[in-house]
Amino acid sequence: MRDRQILLGHGSGGKLSHMLIREIFLKAFDNEFLAPLNDQAVFNVPAPRLAFTTDSYVVNPIFFPGGDIGKLSVCGAINDLAVGGAEPLYLSASFIIEEGLSFEELEAVVSSMAKAAHAAGVKIVTGDTKVVERGKGDKLFISTAGIGVLKDGPVLSPSLIRPGDLIIVSGFIGDHGIAVMAHREGIRMDVPVESDCAPLHLLVKDMLSAAGGIRAMRDPTRGGLATTLNEFAASSGCGIVIRENDVPVREAVRGACELLGFDPLYLANEGKLVAVVASDSAQAILKAMRSNPLGADAAVIGEVTDEPPGRALIETAIGNKRILDMLSGAQLPRIC
Amino acid sequence: MKYVDEFRNRDIAKGIIEKIHGVSRKPVNIMEICGSHTHSISKYGIRDALPRNIRLISGPGCPVCVTSAGDINRLIGFVRHEKDIILATFGDMMRVPGSGSSLEREKARGSDIRVVYSPADVLDIAASDPGREVVFSAVGFETTAPAVAATILMAQERGLKNISFLSLHKLTPPAMRALLDSGEVELDGFICPGHVTAVIGADAYRFISSEYHAPCVVAGFEPLDVLQGIYMLILQEEEGRSEIEIQYKRIVTWEGNRKARDIMDRVFETCDASWRGIGNIPMSGLTIRSAFGDLDAARRFSLPEGIDEETPGCSCGSLLKGLTAPNECPLFGKACTPEDPKGPCMVSSEGTCAAYYKYGEGAPQ
Repeated sequence: MRDRQILLGHGSGGKLSHMLIREIFLKAFDNEFLAPLNDQAVFNVPAPRLAFTTDSYVVNPIFFPGGDIGKLSVCGAINDLAVGGAEPLYLSASFIIEEGLSFEELEAVVSSMAKAAHAAGVKIVTGDTKVVERGKGDKLFISTAGIGVLKDGPVLSPSLIRPGDLIIVSGFIGDHGIAVMAHREGIRMDVPVESDCAPLHLLVKDMLSAAGGIRAMRDPTRGGLATTLNEFAASSGCGIVIRENDVPVREAVRGACELLGFDPLYLANEGKLVAVVASDSAQAILKAMRSNPLGADAAVIGEVTDEPPGRALIETAIGNKRILDMLSGAQLPRIC
Repeated sequence: MKYVDEFRNRDIAKGIIEKIHGVSRKPVNIMEICGSHTHSISKYGIRDALPRNIRLISGPGCPVCVTSAGDINRLIGFVRHEKDIILATFGDMMRVPGSGSSLEREKARGSDIRVVYSPADVLDIAASDPGREVVFSAVGFETTAPAVAATILMAQERGLKNISFLSLHKLTPPAMRALLDSGEVELDGFICPGHVTAVIGADAYRFISSEYHAPCVVAGFEPLDVLQGIYMLILQEEEGRSEIEIQYKRIVTWEGNRKARDIMDRVFETCDASWRGIGNIPMSGLTIRSAFGDLDAARRFSLPEGIDEETPGCSCGSLLKGLTAPNECPLFGKACTPEDPKGPCMVSSEGTCAAYYKYGEGAPQ
């Protein structure tokens, strides 16, 4: 299939479409739910409560250090389920392909999705393919949806957040944003930064089994940590205060941010979560996180307060406090 | 991080803040000229850490912001009229509102307007599209002007025939003089811009201490630099001195960067320039010398006149003179936000309103 390219005919629904589905998608994702190639996947679920999520991926470039659009689309769906405390089971995947994309690139993306799904124990059970004319897309857009199951118990929600709770972040922030941006703009760094793109459901499982007291979790993707903290503050009506010096940021990411005028607190992450936990559970949860490689650098970065209601504050590097606002506009476009 | 963390040390910051509180008695109005200083002051919460009798006033130090409404409208009219040209510009210029439009809107309407990160990028655009005229709208102070001058020399060296530059460059010391002469704003001293002074040298401010008896401290941009700069200035105020001092000694000298100044002098000469809010300031701009006339867009094209009118209700003009703080503008945070800016100070990353808004200053607590 080398040197072959996607043609408009591959989206026609006819012979070429069928060939594409069998040779690329079915071959990579093969499972009992997808194999019949029905219009829908039919499956039983082992729990009465489901979590359901969807997201689209338009990252440019589609391959970047530490990942690609395929891995991103699978991990993204898994993480959106996981931070709600759900165990991810099934995914759908829709592909909008620009005419002219090479089969080689499409196969690489699809194989990366299959690998990520397999490693995470989830199945891609249904999907769709469309082809748009050259110039009307940008190589490849992917949309995934995911279904997960939830155990009994309270649904994690920012409305459970109370003053005195602690804020934990699962590791270094900003890696994904800087990795994609540096690769896209051709900026070479002495210490290359890779995207943190990773599935977080096992880390969440470890956290949930370590202790109760997890109020809410989110994966700080677009808009970064600052935006997630603002969402927590606004939904709970509580204040949130974090300490800039306690937020884990890699030296290389800090350096790139200094140079380019970005703020790591607003950079996208694809393998990190922020959790608000009851203070008496924090140490047990932190310990569980640190024994999972994806949470090895987890840290408590701040706490929930009464004041100011609905807003986030940051204690700056030099010890003064100021408001930490949501991201205004786009710091970096097309990052996920 | 080396060379950064040292200048954000919490204990030292606390020490300097205590020293400022210890010596400060008089009510003092300090203007920080540079937009990057404003940004640092907001980002590190420095304003709130100072004694109440010290007022920090942001000055006309954001190059995009001080570009007059007339010049913005002139650029808009230019791309509307010259449909085949490529206009290259720095990103912040795109969203500055003119009368009823902006470069961003003109781009959406079909004009070919490209954002560049470095003036040198313009050379590549011109070289790769030799059949089209490429015009770079050059804004910036003494920090950017040498780079643009170098680009003009490179364009000449490479024999590029389809490139020209519209110089909207401005000079800092004449604006400081104009503010002092106007008498509109009460100023007791200046925190002078670190990187501009790295080029022009701290001697350029001698007239401020000799003629106006106002102290000046050239400061760096890390929080400890800014705090130390404020401390040095307050000490001068309290001791009745009006001297020029350099806090940012690791970068700034008294004579400046001779090479950068030479290259600037070779390509540009001073001219009168129109500043947003302040109006015309004699000899405060840079125009391209006639020896480089072929590369001067102002000579090469007949540029339309631009109406010099502000957006109704926008306080950017009086803000750039230090008369209004962002949160005193009726539009701030309501009709005017970074998503939907009504004036340039909310657009540019160096703009005072953008800094106040981003870091929550003046927001309802």
